[in-house]
Amino acid sequence: MPIAKVDGVEVEFEAGMNVLQVCELAGKEIPRFCYHERLSIAGNCRMCLVEVKPGPPKPQASCALPAAEGQEIFTDTPMVKKARHGVMEFLLINHPLDCPICDQGGECDLQDQAMGYGRDDSRYAENKRAVEEKFMGPLIKTVMTRCIQCTRCVRFITEVAGVPEIGLISRGEDVEITTYLDKAVASELSANIIDLCPVGALTSKPYAFNARPWELKKTESVDVMDALGSAIRVDARGAAVLRVLPRVNEAVNEEWISDKTRYAVDGLSRQRLDRPFIRENGKLKPATWTEALDAVAAKVKATSPDRVGVIAGDLQDAESMKAALDLFGGLGVTSLDCRQDGMVLGGGQRESWLLNSSIQGLEDADVILLVGTNPRLEAPVLNARLRKRWMAGALKVGVIGEAHDLTYDYEHLGAGPAALGALSKSKGEFLKALKAAKAPAIIVGAGALGRADSAAVLQAAAGVAKTYSMAWNVLHTAASRVGGLDLGFVPGEGGRTAVQLVAKGGADVLVLLGADEIDLTQTDAFVVYLGTHGDAGAHRADVILPGAAYTEKNGLYVNTEGRVQLGARSVFPKGEAKEDWAILRALSERMGAKLPYDTLDQLRAKLFADHPTFGRIDYVPDVPAAVDFSALGAKGELSDAPLASGLKSFYLSNPIARASVTMAECASLASGVTKMAAE
Amino acid sequence: MSVRRLSPNQPASFTFSPETLKAAQGWMANFPAGKQQSAVVPTLWLVQKQEGWISEPAIRAVADLLGMPAIRVLEVATFYTMFMLEPVGTHALVQVCGTTPCQTRGSEGLMAVCKRKIGAQNHLSADGKFYWQEVECMGACANAPMAAINDYYYEDLTPESFEALLDDFAAGKKPKPGSAIGRQGSAPEGGPTSLTDEKLFDGSLGKKIKIPNLPTKASA
Repeated sequence: MPIAKVDGVEVEFEAGMNVLQVCELAGKEIPRFCYHERLSIAGNCRMCLVEVKPGPPKPQASCALPAAEGQEIFTDTPMVKKARHGVMEFLLINHPLDCPICDQGGECDLQDQAMGYGRDDSRYAENKRAVEEKFMGPLIKTVMTRCIQCTRCVRFITEVAGVPEIGLISRGEDVEITTYLDKAVASELSANIIDLCPVGALTSKPYAFNARPWELKKTESVDVMDALGSAIRVDARGAAVLRVLPRVNEAVNEEWISDKTRYAVDGLSRQRLDRPFIRENGKLKPATWTEALDAVAAKVKATSPDRVGVIAGDLQDAESMKAALDLFGGLGVTSLDCRQDGMVLGGGQRESWLLNSSIQGLEDADVILLVGTNPRLEAPVLNARLRKRWMAGALKVGVIGEAHDLTYDYEHLGAGPAALGALSKSKGEFLKALKAAKAPAIIVGAGALGRADSAAVLQAAAGVAKTYSMAWNVLHTAASRVGGLDLGFVPGEGGRTAVQLVAKGGADVLVLLGADEIDLTQTDAFVVYLGTHGDAGAHRADVILPGAAYTEKNGLYVNTEGRVQLGARSVFPKGEAKEDWAILRALSERMGAKLPYDTLDQLRAKLFADHPTFGRIDYVPDVPAAVDFSALGAKGELSDAPLASGLKSFYLSNPIARASVTMAECASLASGVTKMAAE
Repeated sequence: MSVRRLSPNQPASFTFSPETLKAAQGWMANFPAGKQQSAVVPTLWLVQKQEGWISEPAIRAVADLLGMPAIRVLEVATFYTMFMLEPVGTHALVQVCGTTPCQTRGSEGLMAVCKRKIGAQNHLSADGKFYWQEVECMGACANAPMAAINDYYYEDLTPESFEALLDDFAAGKKPKPGSAIGRQGSAPEGGPTSLTDEKLFDGSLGKKIKIPNLPTKASA
């Protein structure tokens, strides 16, 4: 590897690095505004100036200068210091210095770097420029006078999000960042530009003037809004979660999160179930925990186990599902299901329901076939990775299902499942590429697996995967799904599925663990709802046991690639609500079937003993086991209905998001946009 | 230079005339497949030739034609000051040079005429026939002061000759471009003062010259 000298110290670096990266390798901090590792290089802020020999006798922008063998780089010479002073002084000429009323204050790159690298005063006495306000939608607040034109937002939206709607218009001192005609940014990843903005020009609209960063308690956790399990940091003050920010996890979300992950949290303080309720004479009446638990225990004890059903929702942690499985399984209940959408996977080889390529591994695929999925909505961060792979070149994408704008090119092979069988006879470029592919992958969406003909669709998809030796991947939409399937939270012998349970006469007692995505209008059962929000489940419930949302409990979540991740408690459950596993533990005692654990650690110990995959935190095998394709699906008639995404509305896909005012605003804006497009 | 933004008065739609479209496609063919957006500047210029200015529907039409996002076209249109973003006069777009050589030769007098006859700069005149603006050096300093009106340069102007010129435009005439005092190009006033020898031009002074280091025929 080539060697360069940074301030007299020799550093070995990889060919292709730029001078800035080499300086970082040497442990030198280089101030920068426009440079970002995951974006293209603009070189327009000039903050990263260093002195380089050999080269012209002037400071050079280190981000835009390739490092070379034998280079001598200086980061603390008088020339560099003077250059930084100069650049900072120029940047501050038109910056308003309104830090006391700026939301970025305390976490502002410009503020920090002005302290570290700037002059202590300004020599500028003229008027500063002011820029007209811009509109970027309900999530992004703009104060464009503060903008220093680093263009990170333009590059992110164009390159990563793939929705080129932000631009830098006009020229010279008049340049302005704007969306085309002040439209809202139509991307599910739009709010990441708030994190990217090094100043307070783009800040969070729902969080405006709420808190200062130093007031917040920061908790590292995982996201449950989709099945990726993005790494997040939950910022809370007192009992309220104020915001969610991404953490870096190269294997999952790099450093992006979707708008839903970021902004659904205001739903955590609305529509909450904060005390137990019991339905009396058709009306829900507040009750004590003793009354509520006794009512449930009495009802379950009086009912034959084969008339009891348990359905786990999409946001459940693995521990509460394990506790429910132990409790009701121990009573002889076999009708347990975690698949509200009627998904046909479960109860077989673990690899059959995983994204076996792994999220990072998809970057090595050269041909990808999407079946019945719209990753842009189901997993926006994964879609950004697919786009990144597509931008790198030589990726062929085929889509079977509804055609959507995925932000990358693809060949549409047909809408209905019949296209799976017809693939081998198709005429397009995709088949040619597939036959020649070295690492082809198939991604089957939840939408394709929750239909009446899903068994047949699954068999057809497995057939395609087998024929062309494709890596088998399932993209789930529910954060709890893989955990539930790994636990075996599926109907046992003689058990009924979730869809059968909620049918008329399907069960006498129905226990819902935060299950809100299933039609409960037909059931005539006694419904026990253990959950967090006054949503579909709670409306139908006869007894409500208030549980903890994902920010209020320590829990394990398994993402779509089978990675077990730890979610952490940031705040306490609301009101009288308790952690889900503790409620089930208390219930078990009243039923006379006491669960053998008193603490979460004991529960986890049992979980790891019974299901060893849960013990391997943050682990995904490099080489997944081969999938037994012949065991997947069953013969059957394929319908002509197009394979639609399992997600009806991106912004309103779970109880937390449905309680969120911000998400409601986004959803109405998004549906308005589609209406206009359809006109 | 002021902040350049789109006019508040926009037409409902824009369509390429067949000639504009043909010319634009000619430009697009100059670039390899997939790089058609390189033709954005000439295409915008053709649109401006057709309409006199660049409207928002036209920006979208250009974006569609070249397969690029509308915001990218807007960036280009707002960057270059020669793209007019609001309607210009039906009879004349007057661009008076105000850079130093023209200024020392009296361009401020021309601008006073514009202010009196047309109104404030960067605004359409009351009758909609004229639109004027001060621009930077147009490279005709030898013939200062000058103004570019529509596609041509009008040079060696005085406030009086300039006013007459504007009257001609207002009357729908097409005045002859070039020097208002009749000099040829930027030749001296009153005719040439050097290179006047006729023999320079009839070939009679020509003689064979020896070019050094020519390859000899034999070795070739």
